[in-house]
Amino acid sequence: MSPAAATPASPGTARVVLPREPEPEPVPDGTTFPKLLNALADRHGEARIALQEKRYGIWQPVPWAAYRTRVRDFAHGLAQLGVRPGDVVAVLGDNRPEWLISELGAQSLGACVVGIYPTSVGEEIVHILAHARVRVVVAEDQEQVDKLIRLWNRLDSVDTVIYYDPRGLEHYDQDYLLEFTAVEARGREYEQAHPGWLDEQIAAGRATDIAVICTTSGTTARPKLAMLSHRNLLSMGRSLMAIDPLGAGDRYVSFLPFAWIGEQMLTLACGLQAGFTVSFPEEANTVRADLREIGPDVMFSPPRIWEDMLSSVQVRVGEAGWLKRAAFAWGQRVGGRVADRRVKGQRARPPDRLLRPIAELAALRPVREQLGLTRIKRCYTGGAPLGPDVFRFFHSIGVNLKQIYGQTEICGIAVAHRDDAVTFNTVGGPIPATELAIADDGEILLRSPAVFHGYYRNEEASRDAVDQDGWLHTGDAGYLDENEHLVVIDRAKDVMRAPDGARFSPAFIENKIKFSPYVEETVAFGGDVAGSARQFITALITIDMRTVGAWAEREHVSYTTYTDLAQKPAVYQLIAEEVHRANQDLPESVRVRRFLLLHKQLDPDDEEITRTRKVRRGVISERYGELIEALYGDADSVTVRSTVTYQDGTTAERKIELAILAMDGFTPAPKRRRFAWSGR
Amino acid sequence: MSRAYRHSLNGSRLEPGALQLEIDGVALRFGGVQALRGVSLAVLQGDIHAIIGPNGAGKTSLLNCLSGLYRPQSGSIRLYTADADAHELTTARPSRIARWGVARAFQNIELFKHMTVLDNLMLGRHVHMKHSVWHSFLYFGPARRQEITHRQLVEEVIDFLEIQAFRHAEVGALPYGIQKRVEVGRALCLQPAVLLLDEPMAGMNTEEKEDMARFILDVNDLAGVTVVLIEHDMEVVMDISDRVTVLDFGRKITSGSPAEVKANPEVIEAYLGEEVG
Repeated sequence: MSPAAATPASPGTARVVLPREPEPEPVPDGTTFPKLLNALADRHGEARIALQEKRYGIWQPVPWAAYRTRVRDFAHGLAQLGVRPGDVVAVLGDNRPEWLISELGAQSLGACVVGIYPTSVGEEIVHILAHARVRVVVAEDQEQVDKLIRLWNRLDSVDTVIYYDPRGLEHYDQDYLLEFTAVEARGREYEQAHPGWLDEQIAAGRATDIAVICTTSGTTARPKLAMLSHRNLLSMGRSLMAIDPLGAGDRYVSFLPFAWIGEQMLTLACGLQAGFTVSFPEEANTVRADLREIGPDVMFSPPRIWEDMLSSVQVRVGEAGWLKRAAFAWGQRVGGRVADRRVKGQRARPPDRLLRPIAELAALRPVREQLGLTRIKRCYTGGAPLGPDVFRFFHSIGVNLKQIYGQTEICGIAVAHRDDAVTFNTVGGPIPATELAIADDGEILLRSPAVFHGYYRNEEASRDAVDQDGWLHTGDAGYLDENEHLVVIDRAKDVMRAPDGARFSPAFIENKIKFSPYVEETVAFGGDVAGSARQFITALITIDMRTVGAWAEREHVSYTTYTDLAQKPAVYQLIAEEVHRANQDLPESVRVRRFLLLHKQLDPDDEEITRTRKVRRGVISERYGELIEALYGDADSVTVRSTVTYQDGTTAERKIELAILAMDGFTPAPKRRRFAWSGR
Repeated sequence: MSRAYRHSLNGSRLEPGALQLEIDGVALRFGGVQALRGVSLAVLQGDIHAIIGPNGAGKTSLLNCLSGLYRPQSGSIRLYTADADAHELTTARPSRIARWGVARAFQNIELFKHMTVLDNLMLGRHVHMKHSVWHSFLYFGPARRQEITHRQLVEEVIDFLEIQAFRHAEVGALPYGIQKRVEVGRALCLQPAVLLLDEPMAGMNTEEKEDMARFILDVNDLAGVTVVLIEHDMEVVMDISDRVTVLDFGRKITSGSPAEVKANPEVIEAYLGEEVG
């Protein structure tokens, strides 16, 4: 996240924007996560549930006291394995109670954890483990253990792999493998031999100790390892809860990777301070159903999740009978009018005040129920920009979705919408205890107690990120609107200059196109690409296999694979209509003139998007340079050689011809496939 | 607190490699049609034993004899589950054979389409439920405890076959590949000694086939269940089987490892034809 300038400068003459709320109580020096867990276990014992995981079709509860016992056993087990204060323990797996037990166990004895995305493969895993000099890795199951075994020769620092799902591992005889329960059993023996030892360790913990190392999403380069202390995370949690209070009765479902700061933040930083129950879904493909069962009060997800939910509603409404469609269209219009006023802090107009409850019963609540958002009080989106249309949709059905802005280096949240001021194009104002300034070159600067302790073993990058006065240089370009709300343009280096000279963000164009349920990802090009000025805007688009596949079935278009489907002329026409619609909302100079549908989806295994699904523009313009050239040429097709990396790390090459469609002179077919209610 | 399975899905207590199923001179006739002409073969504990052959070779007839649906006119089929006692299958009722541990997944899905996945799987436990009508009716005491134990095993099968997302879905509404998996799941719920699979991959796409092959291997490898398999996809058969028996016109041509069978000239002529040659 190094800023454009070589030597970072403080805001200087720029005015600093302060939050409108008072600062919350600062985090005391002695507060750490393990101590908070102790306090909760003392207070609630077996009476309240700390964690629950759906297993075998039933929510299996772990009360606070049992949670603490498991954390203590595991901490002793780690000590027995030789983990010392300051060490880094890695965790590689999906969200399960054992993830948090490992994390709190490590923190209890003064060590910290680094989370690895469960979808990570090869180089990424080696890089993180080697860079953090990890000795003990906690891996979930056979899948993760197999990855480590395959990489074993290159993992010099690692000496123990602990797994918590033994199914399928019965016959493995590697001597560095240990089952989680065996480590806990060793821990209990260790405790017998060293009574009171762990309590001393926990008491010695300081708020400034490093609690978590988070990999930065790395749209730019290899992930860097950001060190976050207990104070960083806890103060961020306090600031967030100062504007949006959370209590012990709130429900939360943890289904996004713990390697992502957002999940750490809500589950631990907020969870252990508010003392609410964290629920873990059964499997990745049951998340939707499990969400519906729990009905969370609060959620924080990257745009991808919200976009997915929106497309599933769009598809289902599109397939419903005319009566349901009409009811939903009407309900959503009423809800939209009410929401438009509410987000400005105004009451609905009198007729809508009467109609809203009817709309709620007839149309809006059933839709929220389907999405598992019946109870939701607030939810957040962050990590990447979310299109205003998606925002408006969620508000119209009565979901209080708010944009937050921040990065791993400041624990995820620094700027957020307030309930009465959700403006769709801004990210709101700084949260309590946070200062915000715009540098002279337009870079966003932030300062708060949540600013991180630097990158692990990378002082140069750390110096670039935080200056002497404690300002975090975000590397994002932005400005303040008339209400002093922050508008984020894009990564400073991604901001483009349109042919007519105006500055614009490709993300703005991309989001317009991505509002279509049929589009999964878009990468827009234009302005100064690869050093040369382009005359117009073009785009690479990937389709959403689920929605386009369903559409193709309805339209009797037969297809085999993603590649095949994406190259159907009918699909091109479908997407062209969507691009046409998006173009209507865009200023003349930044309308998309030519586009092509990529032969594959963007995949984190190919390093084209990050694990949190942010497009890696650099990788894409390099890898698809030929395609981009062709988009600016005259040809109506281009041949691509594609190398695909499979899950197991092997690669394969193929040759595919991709069509290019020009939007000049494109006229949409009259009245086709418009959903009744999506009149945008 | 360990996440390991608590129930073994394998109903046999034989050592791997021990003789489990002994088919001796089985002949089956429908009027003038001779479906099986004195077939003899041995299935060993822990094997995946494939039975292949052209259409009408008698594969399904043989499986039907094993599960007791057909009574062969001559010959015997003996099932060994523990060291001492052998069960004669040719004279037993199908329900008895199921209780001895021969479970079967059918070629055409034979599930209750309007019941949920869970209910279909619980039905697989039915032969093991021992409480009386009176207990079951009031659902107390032993009935309740048993139901819970059985549900645990069923849930482990659900987990094993990765069908958690469909637990409460009606079977009829599920995709074909998932229905097949449920069909195998119901057979597994019997805790079988021998699992009979009749074309488990018929009509599947490549991805579904790969999934199913994976599950069959897991059932065999991890749970240790003996599998007798009829399958047309040669690639799959040669990939996953330990032993292959080839039938043609109701007669056994050969039996052996996939490599041996592939090299047998009679097999090449009778069945594989020019594909291999």
